[in-house]
Amino acid sequence: MGIEKLLFYVFAATAVLASLGVIGSRNPVRAALFLVLAFVATAGIWLLLQAEFLGIVLILVYVGAVMVLFLFVIMMLDINLTPLREGFTRYLPLGAVVAVVVLAEMSLVLNPQFFGLEHFPSPVALAAGDSNTKMLGQLLFTEYLYAFELAAVLLLLAIVAAIVLTLRRRKQGEVLYQDIGAQVRVQAADRLTMVKMPAVVAVKEDNKKESDDE
Amino acid sequence: MSDVLQLSDVLVFGAVLFVLSLAGIFLNRKNLIIILMSIELMLLAVNTNFIAFSSYQGNMHGQVFVFFILTVAAAEAAIGLALLVLLFRNKHSINVDDLSEMKG
Repeated sequence: MGIEKLLFYVFAATAVLASLGVIGSRNPVRAALFLVLAFVATAGIWLLLQAEFLGIVLILVYVGAVMVLFLFVIMMLDINLTPLREGFTRYLPLGAVVAVVVLAEMSLVLNPQFFGLEHFPSPVALAAGDSNTKMLGQLLFTEYLYAFELAAVLLLLAIVAAIVLTLRRRKQGEVLYQDIGAQVRVQAADRLTMVKMPAVVAVKEDNKKESDDE
Repeated sequence: MSDVLQLSDVLVFGAVLFVLSLAGIFLNRKNLIIILMSIELMLLAVNTNFIAFSSYQGNMHGQVFVFFILTVAAAEAAIGLALLVLLFRNKHSINVDDLSEMKG
């Protein structure tokens, strides 16, 4: 058995066991950590398939950002877990039957007879100086440029949507907000009143009194 | 069984991953967080298939597709988790059964 196939089996077994952990664990934090393991193992398989850029992106973006977001949310919410586990054993037979049937049907189609080496020979190694990232970039910035920009707009939309959804406006008086427009519009005359007082005169009158007493 | 990694091996791996996440939605149909995680796992299985075909056919367009699917999945996760936080703030629960008030 070649080293490539051996590595594939190691990564695939890790990913499958980890996804079993995702769907079976009682604790959502543990499920999220198993999902991280599944992502890392699958990234290894992507690297084996010569998709280096996407394998690294999967680890950086998914494990680094999305899964941390998941963990943040899980730890932020104080979830009562007991009612969420109800029905696990009830739906276990149905879920298992559906899973086995779907897997059996897929394996009938996806066997080496149709997708073996005769039909799809092993990919040739890239020529020296050619890289996966370069090829992907050449496609992304020419043929798929419009879609690439749309993806950027989509991410912006996701940011705006997430902020708008979770932003909480509190009632008036509960928290003081800064109204920048009102701050800019304000005039000096609105806040400051000049009051003239005849201070000097009063001193003179005092002096007069004192002189009268003498 | 051949000694060399062939396309069907990777495709079967993708199918197993997909089926497991499908079963995860069945089993944990009350826990919204696990359902979101199962959807992420499903997208991962689909992406693996895309990359396998892209690699074995020497066609980079499949990997471009995976790039866009990753973008959409990240947006989906962000908005899904925002909805989850909103839901928990209003109902103090993430049980799917508690969300049935729009039932006719």
